[in-house]
Amino acid sequence: MNGGMKKSPLKIYWKRLRQNKLAFTGGVMVLVLFLVAAFASIFSPYDPNEIDRHNILNPPSLTHPLGTDELGRDIMSRMVWGSRISLAVGFVAVGIATLIGILLGSLAGYYGGWAERIIMRFIDIMLSIPTFFLILAVIAFIGPSIWNIMVIIGLTSWMGVARLVRAEFLTLKEREYVLAARALGVSDLMIILKHIMVNSLAPVFVSAILGVASAILVESALSFLGLGVQPPTPSWGNILTSGKDNIEIAWWLSVFPGLAILITVMSYNLFGEGLRDAIDPRLWGTGES
Amino acid sequence: MIPYLAKRLLEMIPTLLGITILSFLIIHLAPGKPTDVLTEMNPKITPEARERLEKYYGLDKPVYTQYGLWLKRVVKFDFGESFSTDRRPVIAKIWDTKQPLVERRLFITFVINAFSMLLIFLIAIPIGVFSATHQGLFSDKVTTVTVFIGFATPAFWLALLLMMLFGIHLGWLPISGLKSMDYDTLSVFGKIWDRAEHLILPVFISSFGGLAGLSRFMRGSMLEVIRQDYITVARAKGLHERRVVYHHALRNALLPIITLLGLAVPGLIGGSVIFENIFSIPGMGQLFYMSVMTRDYPLVMGILTIGAFLTLLGNLLADIGYMLTDPRIRAR
Repeated sequence: MNGGMKKSPLKIYWKRLRQNKLAFTGGVMVLVLFLVAAFASIFSPYDPNEIDRHNILNPPSLTHPLGTDELGRDIMSRMVWGSRISLAVGFVAVGIATLIGILLGSLAGYYGGWAERIIMRFIDIMLSIPTFFLILAVIAFIGPSIWNIMVIIGLTSWMGVARLVRAEFLTLKEREYVLAARALGVSDLMIILKHIMVNSLAPVFVSAILGVASAILVESALSFLGLGVQPPTPSWGNILTSGKDNIEIAWWLSVFPGLAILITVMSYNLFGEGLRDAIDPRLWGTGES
Repeated sequence: MIPYLAKRLLEMIPTLLGITILSFLIIHLAPGKPTDVLTEMNPKITPEARERLEKYYGLDKPVYTQYGLWLKRVVKFDFGESFSTDRRPVIAKIWDTKQPLVERRLFITFVINAFSMLLIFLIAIPIGVFSATHQGLFSDKVTTVTVFIGFATPAFWLALLLMMLFGIHLGWLPISGLKSMDYDTLSVFGKIWDRAEHLILPVFISSFGGLAGLSRFMRGSMLEVIRQDYITVARAKGLHERRVVYHHALRNALLPIITLLGLAVPGLIGGSVIFENIFSIPGMGQLFYMSVMTRDYPLVMGILTIGAFLTLLGNLLADIGYMLTDPRIRAR
């Protein structure tokens, strides 16, 4: 670690991320997908819900670059607007999961004892339920609105974060600076927030980035099964449903939305994993990625 | 070893109880009632008839009483009767003893998942080892990128693509159900081949997600082990590289993988809803989908409980495997 000590950690992270080409590409893609979703009206050639009876199930052409669906709606426009749904679900669900994970993980890690035992047992229970079954059941019962989907995915995916935060707390709470703070009479809440939490945020951030990818996958699977975002609101998953219904005649309905999911999920995964390597001090100066 | 196993078995009980309590609460406290479905289908049902139905199903009692009654029956391995019009016992729907083994829903789902698990381990471990022993080389980079793509591919999308390619375009494989229309006219071998043919795509699809994840994990685990001192020692004393890799490194790198076996079960079971839906396979996943759509509480609870039980069983098997391979744990 020659001379790197003087630089701020953020600068080192940035430098290491720049060196990792795949991760950097992933980061750029994440940004691009953001812009597409944010400026959806600019990127979509048509109104995503505009029905055109004269152009039903048209293959990709100059007028409809990715073809049209069974109602003559433009697939590219529907996919651009669908990216909003995917990102929104991904981010809100991960936000919920991360908050729960941080709360329970820090309680378990900092206090130990019965609080830890109850929380860890709860995590074991949640990990043993086939979560996708539970999500399906709840969504089917309370109705498939986009808010319900966000909340349910969030409520069923916090266990990894909680374990991570707990592990961080277990190591950090024995550090001398924490013991010193405690000796000085700093309150538990201040120690948790100012001294431990701050230092465990980086790995939590990485797991949140990776979490967005898996939440997007779950949402698309739900929408594909008809229990996610409901038509006519476009989502990548429900375009794929019509792809399945027209599988013998319209390949473009199946190919493009899936490709969009793949690229999005891969971008987040590459970015997240690159970030993980960038903030792992054990890998600093080794050039491994 | 035996006391440890007994302890693990005992620990399963509170976890299973917790799972059923949690599932029961979520299902019964969700807004709406199963009778809503009935009234939707038949608007002529009067509020009185509705009340009578709720009373018949025991839905008018407080949740904890309902759970108590449910648990009492489940201990005797009775999951109650389905709410659907056939009123058959839940057990008979999942494991129909009147049908031949290969037609029972739980068996179908179990077989597909077992094959998938086998496939995952048979393919992912060599890929991971290869990637790790060729670290940084071009071949490692190609495998890593392929694995990344595989990891990001939604399985149901891949299923659609393969159905298009092998089913419709090339016409090599059947794309729905478990057997052909002319199944009964086939010879014994023809029947076996027919079933195998129908299983190829579903098994491949359901193992796909795990394949990418596990080979990535295997690579990491292998890299971790290869850095250890005892590997350097093994090399320093002049052992053949193959012996170092397969005897010294692989054994240790496999330990954390065994734990994943247990953790993979819920994902596989959850995935069965998706692939059984796509390939129209009459398994437990398809039954679950139908049961949540009709709010068939006893059936939903039955399948969730069985799914959780299978998961815990997977964890236990992983623990046993871990013990058999790691002498440090065997000694306890």
